[in-house]
Amino acid sequence: MSAPPAVRNGSSGGLVALIRAHRSISVLVGWALVGALLPFIVLVPPFSTFQAQSLWIGGFANSGVFILLALGLNIVVGLAGLLDLGYAAFFAIGSYTYAFGASSFTGLHVPFWPMLLVGAFAAATFGILLGAPTLRLRGDYLAIVTLGFGEIVPAVFLNADTYTRGTNGIGGVAQPALPFLQFNFSDPVPFYVTMVAILAVVMVFVYRLQGSRLGRAWMAVREDELAAASSGVNTVTTKLLAFALGASTAGLAGVFNASKLGIVSPDQFGFAVSFTVLAMVVLGGMGNAWGVAIGAFTLYEIQSVVLKGLNQFFQQVQVPFLDTIDFVQYQFLLYGLALVAMMLLRPEGLFPSRRRQRELHQVSEDVADVPPPTAALGD
Amino acid sequence: MTAAVSAAAPPDYILQAQKVTKRFGGLVAVRDVDLEIVRGSIVSLIGPNGAGKTTFFNVIVGILDPTSGHVRIGGQSLIGRPVRAWLEPVVWFTPAVVIALLTALLFAVTGTPAVAALGGAIALFGLAAMFLAAIIRPRRYVALLTQAGIFRSAKPNEMVHAGIGRTFQNIRLFANMTALENVLVGMHTKLHANALDALLSTPRARAEEVRAAARAEELLALVGLAGSGDVVARNMPYGDQRRLEVARALGSDPTLLLLDEPTAGMNPRETADMMTLINRLRTDLGLSVLLIEHDMRVVMGISDRIFVLDHGELIAVGTPAEIRTNPKVIEAYLGKPPE
Repeated sequence: MSAPPAVRNGSSGGLVALIRAHRSISVLVGWALVGALLPFIVLVPPFSTFQAQSLWIGGFANSGVFILLALGLNIVVGLAGLLDLGYAAFFAIGSYTYAFGASSFTGLHVPFWPMLLVGAFAAATFGILLGAPTLRLRGDYLAIVTLGFGEIVPAVFLNADTYTRGTNGIGGVAQPALPFLQFNFSDPVPFYVTMVAILAVVMVFVYRLQGSRLGRAWMAVREDELAAASSGVNTVTTKLLAFALGASTAGLAGVFNASKLGIVSPDQFGFAVSFTVLAMVVLGGMGNAWGVAIGAFTLYEIQSVVLKGLNQFFQQVQVPFLDTIDFVQYQFLLYGLALVAMMLLRPEGLFPSRRRQRELHQVSEDVADVPPPTAALGD
Repeated sequence: MTAAVSAAAPPDYILQAQKVTKRFGGLVAVRDVDLEIVRGSIVSLIGPNGAGKTTFFNVIVGILDPTSGHVRIGGQSLIGRPVRAWLEPVVWFTPAVVIALLTALLFAVTGTPAVAALGGAIALFGLAAMFLAAIIRPRRYVALLTQAGIFRSAKPNEMVHAGIGRTFQNIRLFANMTALENVLVGMHTKLHANALDALLSTPRARAEEVRAAARAEELLALVGLAGSGDVVARNMPYGDQRRLEVARALGSDPTLLLLDEPTAGMNPRETADMMTLINRLRTDLGLSVLLIEHDMRVVMGISDRIFVLDHGELIAVGTPAEIRTNPKVIEAYLGKPPE
């Protein structure tokens, strides 16, 4: 009738099977490897010409913030299929939560580690508050409401002068403290290590959610909401949980970012952030955690290192015309071009989940009428 | 059969629809329809196109709220015209708003920011607690609402909890998920791992996943799809997709299965297989079945009782033999004979 399961497992090979069987451990090992190797890779010539090692590591820690944001947005957009254009709002809420909880501005000095959870919880609460009235909306309409929310939150922080110091932002935000790691602004390594650890844990959580009852419910809601409801899935709470868990990840990112920069101000959370993170998710491959992480990392490094490097390079070599262009200013134009090119050439992203790939190549496959066993193997 | 049942103890109805009416503006799609399903029987609902079968079906699965009348499942009235449903959001938000207002008042009087922060936090946590209660104990929550005089017609997922499984007229599988995953989604109400279990990968959740996968394989085997668990639903042959829908509906261990044209678009052989399957569901699993069907061979072949709808009204009820000779039914399908 159709391909027996053994055929597919056989085709995936020993290592892949091992990774599948111990997903959490392999994710942790993967992050440990990446975290240990990256600081040394940048010592090798093509990378070492761009900037010094400590700058690279600081950049990696910053890119980690975006990877975290992308992983969270991936839950909302990639798994549950809810288009959220105001994701930076939750990032802002996490940041401000930490700034309120651990700065001289309020006089509170809660340590960083519990504040990570508090920030995540606060962002999740707002995720639910935003989600509850808007979840009847679908597609474009939901996107518009979230877009509005994403604009309102920074505007509130900007205008509530008395409580947030408006444009000046809240400075003097405390740094994390650990007995064996010394955190300060001049040394990015502790932040880098912390970020890798947070990312590893979050990624394990994402994979566990994906394969759980809740993860299946998210995918079911994305595929066919009525059928999901008729299978007993409470679509309202399922979508709210997607919002809440996605937002809580942004809250984590916000807390980390606030402590790393030492200052929180409304201009850090503009639409550009929401848009960039969405571009990262789409380019990386919706629904696939590693793909999304790589997409976020690549985009961040391109915007923060490669474009600057291009500027320097063309100025040094003195190429006519090109040396007058400031590539950093054109980064959004480049995103736009990249997204358009992506939609035309590879709509499922660079590293798609198998499921997304199936969805987006539905038409061509249906026309080609691929028999089931071949399709299963090809995946 | 009916006479025998009514003469003995009161019949054990699994579903009772009483005077169900659904109005769309001026159009009455379903008018005062009574329909009962005795536990363990196969009942068919037939009628010409546009007779209101699907509307009625959508009412009893909770997709549409009826204009009047109600549906009882196992003696409990689950579906009816909503009563004071608008009060539900009021109940949700009133305490939080009252606390917030009181806090603002206190703050204005005393001027201490701590009061404002505490009040705001209490209001927020109150809302969160309501939300958690609604998630964690949904049926208790609905029961509380009912006690407060708020009646909310059951939603499709609540009908699944009440023991109703359904399939769709146009196949609505989760096309890009595998057959096994489709059935696992169908088992959603039978699994209990929550988000926290999933995050921590508790032994409870892992054991449940293993058991669920085994049960899903069993269900696939039951409908004749053994070994296709890893095939993506979209890539399955048409007949298999129909079977997979039945397997998914069985995932919630329903007591009543609603099948909306289960043999639509099937060839005679697939139709015969499906009839065998439906019969087996009753004999092996003790299910009751409500069937909407156009294929008269199927209807006459397996039904214990047939309900005939025309223009939204019930025109006949009876055994296949009675329905076959009922002049009203013949008229509805073929038109009046020339005088």
